[in-house]
Amino acid sequence: MLTYILRRLVMLVPVILIVGLVVFTLVHLTPGDPAAVILGDQATPEDIQELRDRLGLNDPLPVQFINWFGGVLRLDFGDSIFLGMPVTEALLERVEPTVLLTLYALVVQLAIGIPLGVISALRSGTIIDRLMTALAISGAAIPTFFLGIMLILIFAVTLQWLPSVGYVSPTQDPWGHIQRMIMPAFALGFSTAGLLARLIRSSMLDVLNEDYVRTAKAKGLAHRDVVIRHALRNALVPAITVVGTSVAALLGGAVVTETVFTIPGMGRLVVQSISRRDYPIIQGAVMAIAVSYVLVNLLVDILYVYADPRVRLGDK
Amino acid sequence: MGSIARQSPPASLDAAADSASATTTRTRRRRSWLRHLISNPITALSLAFVVLAIVVGLFAPLIATDDPNFATPADRLQGPSAEHLLGTDALGRDVFSRLVYGARISLLIGIGVTFAAGILGAVLGLLSGYVDRLDSPIMRTMDGLMAFPSILLAIAIMASLGPSTVNVFIALTVVYTPTIARLVRSTTLVIRQQTYIESARSIGLRDTEIMGKYIFPNGLSPLIVQCTFVVALAIISESSLSFLGAGVPPDQPTWGNMLRDGQSLLQQAWWLAVFPGTALFLLVLALNIVGDGLRDVFDPRSNRR
Repeated sequence: MLTYILRRLVMLVPVILIVGLVVFTLVHLTPGDPAAVILGDQATPEDIQELRDRLGLNDPLPVQFINWFGGVLRLDFGDSIFLGMPVTEALLERVEPTVLLTLYALVVQLAIGIPLGVISALRSGTIIDRLMTALAISGAAIPTFFLGIMLILIFAVTLQWLPSVGYVSPTQDPWGHIQRMIMPAFALGFSTAGLLARLIRSSMLDVLNEDYVRTAKAKGLAHRDVVIRHALRNALVPAITVVGTSVAALLGGAVVTETVFTIPGMGRLVVQSISRRDYPIIQGAVMAIAVSYVLVNLLVDILYVYADPRVRLGDK
Repeated sequence: MGSIARQSPPASLDAAADSASATTTRTRRRRSWLRHLISNPITALSLAFVVLAIVVGLFAPLIATDDPNFATPADRLQGPSAEHLLGTDALGRDVFSRLVYGARISLLIGIGVTFAAGILGAVLGLLSGYVDRLDSPIMRTMDGLMAFPSILLAIAIMASLGPSTVNVFIALTVVYTPTIARLVRSTTLVIRQQTYIESARSIGLRDTEIMGKYIFPNGLSPLIVQCTFVVALAIISESSLSFLGAGVPPDQPTWGNMLRDGQSLLQQAWWLAVFPGTALFLLVLALNIVGDGLRDVFDPRSNRR
């Protein structure tokens, strides 16, 4: 197990290097001189030259990359052009809403996906199963931002049950925080819940036909015990990978959801930085989100090996 | 030779096969999969909706009742009526006509990106799966691109290239090529083990010929299924980018731009957001259902109970 984790950590190095290379290359895709683009039409050649020096654009590309990537490894992404502060500082200010939103969405995904999948499997072939499947397919098709707008229209504009936008930190006002996060978390989590429900349904159906489930039933265990302790526990193992990949969808979706609900997170910062041409912020945020996604996936893979002894044995 | 022929799939080495009979078999096969696909009423309905959307997009100028960009300030923010089927927006533009033109951009991007990513991904996947030397460099690059949440990568590319329809096309092609490359690579790895590939190699066919004539056609079904989903994903991504203000420039009628305008006027004019959003949802839903249907037809083993 430990060697597995170590091997995976070593494999992480090239991935992060490539991620860094992609992020670095992006800025150099800009048509023309990035310094001139950042400063706009009114800049004098002296201004542009000065910014080029500040951004290190006068160095040869490989040198620029090494300097930039060296900074990244020390968690130094340079300074924001618009905000006038280090990128790392700006990102840290915005990290809380994004992390919490993603976590809540994950909770919504599990809270909807698992029961939906289990009920579908137990009532396989009935109207309930069909309705659940229809709901799951629709959930996967509805764009997060449209679902968010619909929730605002229904619960904030029409019924006026919930505040429509904004963010309050849980340490400041826990109740206000919950009220403001219900809709974004649901909008974000619902899309991936459908996928999870479909997977749980099919793996539950597989598991319910297994011998050990029949044995459990035959020895007279209560139906609920058979379903939860014997069937669900095993059906959840393949679901781990789906939850892992959906973290990418959730992190990406958070960017859009934050804009819909004006939540001051990292995603909204990225979107705002596009029109400000604040490339260091965009690079830093994209890099940070991509690396956390890679790390989450690593964690999920380790969890998978831990949860499924067959994988562990096959590894040797 | 006889044993090889028996193991060969329909489009195989048997060049001497009677071409006329081969054609009829192929048409029959094609008809049967289409019939199989539409045997499920919901899939048939979804396919019809996708076709309808394509027709609407193609003939947008004929179907739209107004110029999508013609502003009539006097008629601003009017609800749905006989004159303006789906109401008007803040500048008095006809929502129905903008919706119709929006279908055009969505489908153009969706299908265009799928073709580009499909071709690029297929070439990279074939090379990676067939030429051992290229496998590692190609796949590591693809892994690197897949380490980003797709919408974030698209946003980052758009931030550098600047907002325009062509740039959306480029950005989304980069985003969806790795998924296809990975799929084609894995089917290539399976197919290259087959006896008919070995026999093709042993009679001295060139590698490019083997890849193009034997490996690619035999791995086509999972690719087509995946491409259906990519159309849906690209359409969602395009509208998300436009919604964020990082996609198609705001003066053009796209569903994402309409939703962006609509959200700020949610209190006064619900129809501005509801109609383009519903159109987007229905089109993506229909595409996903058609994709599921195609998967069931092409790969009966994946049939879910």
